[in-house]
Amino acid sequence: MAEIALETHGLTMRFGGVVAADRVDFRLQARELRCLIGPNGAGKSTFFKCITGLQSPSEGEVWMRGIETTGWMPHQVASLGVGIKTQTPNVLDSLSVHENVWLAARRFHGAREADRKTREVIDLLDLGAIAKDGLGRLAHGERQRVELGLVAAGDPWLILLDEPAAGLGAEDVERLTGIIRELNRQATLVIVEHDMQFIRSIAETVTVFHQGKVLMEGHVDRVMSDPVVRNVYLGRKA
Amino acid sequence: MPGGLTRDAVTIALVTGVLIWVLPLIVGTYTLTVLAIYGMLGLSLGLIWGFGGILCFGQAAFFGLGAYAYAIFAINIGESTVPMILAVLVPAVFAALLGAMMFYGRLGDVYLGVITLVVTLILYKVVNSTAGPQYVIGNARLGGFNGIPGFPTLNVPGTPDAYIWGDRYFHVCAVLLGLVYMLVTALLRSSFGRIAVGIRENETRMSLMGYDVRARKTAMFAIGAGIAGLAGGLFANWAEIVTPSLFSLGQSAEIIIWCIVGGLGTRLGPVLGAAGLAYLKFLLGQQAVIDNALVTGLVLVLFVLFLPKGVVPALSDLWSAGIGRIRPGRIGRRRQPRRRGWPNG
Ligand SMILES: Nc1ncnc2c1ncn2[C@@H]1O[C@H](COP(=O)(O)OP(=O)(O)OP(=O)(O)O)[C@@H](O)[C@H]1O
Ligand SMILES: [Mg+2]
Repeated sequence: MAEIALETHGLTMRFGGVVAADRVDFRLQARELRCLIGPNGAGKSTFFKCITGLQSPSEGEVWMRGIETTGWMPHQVASLGVGIKTQTPNVLDSLSVHENVWLAARRFHGAREADRKTREVIDLLDLGAIAKDGLGRLAHGERQRVELGLVAAGDPWLILLDEPAAGLGAEDVERLTGIIRELNRQATLVIVEHDMQFIRSIAETVTVFHQGKVLMEGHVDRVMSDPVVRNVYLGRKA
Repeated sequence: MPGGLTRDAVTIALVTGVLIWVLPLIVGTYTLTVLAIYGMLGLSLGLIWGFGGILCFGQAAFFGLGAYAYAIFAINIGESTVPMILAVLVPAVFAALLGAMMFYGRLGDVYLGVITLVVTLILYKVVNSTAGPQYVIGNARLGGFNGIPGFPTLNVPGTPDAYIWGDRYFHVCAVLLGLVYMLVTALLRSSFGRIAVGIRENETRMSLMGYDVRARKTAMFAIGAGIAGLAGGLFANWAEIVTPSLFSLGQSAEIIIWCIVGGLGTRLGPVLGAAGLAYLKFLLGQQAVIDNALVTGLVLVLFVLFLPKGVVPALSDLWSAGIGRIRPGRIGRRRQPRRRGWPNG
């Protein structure tokens, strides 16, 4: 049996009367790449935050590689080898690209080794030309790419990305696709996304969220042609 | 970059040496001594606020604790070496406990400011109210608002009769300021310092990278308090008396103003801000026309309006816009990273 990278049992998150995540049972095999989709406010980010420790779930359990991580703090989850990108950009604005990546690498390596790892990541994500620039002065697409670099620098075995393609141009999305494929060679990925074209290009299996619940799970083509899904999700756009 | 650190250490040693030689030709060493001590105190807040992102309204509390720790232990021990070490350790341990409470309790920045302010107030009140003869620690009477006079001052370590005073004492304080400055430089170049700056920039990102922000901020807070405590111990020796006014909110506010005027996020700024403003205060103290606090307030307002980044950052901006451009290939620059293609087209 393949190893289970991530698992939740009855994960529930309430904000007052709002049930943002409702008894979510989720299971992911090692090296799988899964996309989470769903309309705005479906609870994708909430589910995501409960896994990463940014929020503590009201009920339910989170397991990673057989370790229960329910209620852990983000630094404890990250220290397990989990790379995280939140929906809102989280970078170190007044520091250079190099320093940003170095700090991410330093957590898991000695200072020397972190220097080497930083060069490797900067090459991998083609950040060489802007390595000395401060993050605050970069374009949105470049900042997104640096944040992916921060995730990659820790050599994570589980990667959680909340809307990595948001606000990117076609060229940047293409680059992102390449990077994600590269990361998926080592790691299991969970990606929250809205961009259907992008999802089709990277994922086979998608999980649909609706009103805090898992509405459906399956192959991207089957899910996309499902009338119920089209109704709640795509119907909105039609 | 160990090479860079060596170069920094040599620069700091040279500058300290030259200043120790030149400054006494202009200003008396008695005044210079207290300017060096205030410089160290300014640096202590400049470190935790400018690089650690921790705005502490109670840096004077650690300064006062250091001074009182020195005075009390000097009376009981009769020699200055151990009391001087305790002047560093007592405030550092106190700050570690206070910091752990604040940072592990996930208090917001505003509450952090309020708590450090309140702790300073409480210390002031408590020490102020120890006038009665029942308040003693060993042989030391706390003395309330009168403070503690008459404790043994600094001596050559191991030789209690060889007191260090006058010009010699100025040299000790200036050299210690240079050493603390080197220590802060080394700290900021180390992984610990770089991670602290990362935390200042974005706590969430740093914790998502796997860093325990609470533990690191607590450690940084304690280091800053230790430096402030050393300054306090030196101040006690200079003044030869410690009084509750060391803990006053006015003192805390002044340290904050030193940092703003000198420039946050630099090492030199808080030192220059402290020495400069303290010297200004000393000059103003010799006349009775203008009120001192008024001038300090005016200086602060002028800086916030016209030079919000402070003196040192403004000067270094000027430098890099002007002279720095003439020498683009400055030593110590890393080689340009190579450009390369994508893994998948
Ligand atoms: N901190 C909070 N306090 C109160 N309500 C919240 C909080 N966070 C989320 N919610 C609510 O929970 C629900 C789910 O929000 P969530 O951000 O998880 O949705 P999402 O699927 O990520 O949406 P989007 O696609 O817009 O990012 C929403 O109704 C939202 O208003
Ligand atoms: Mg979301």
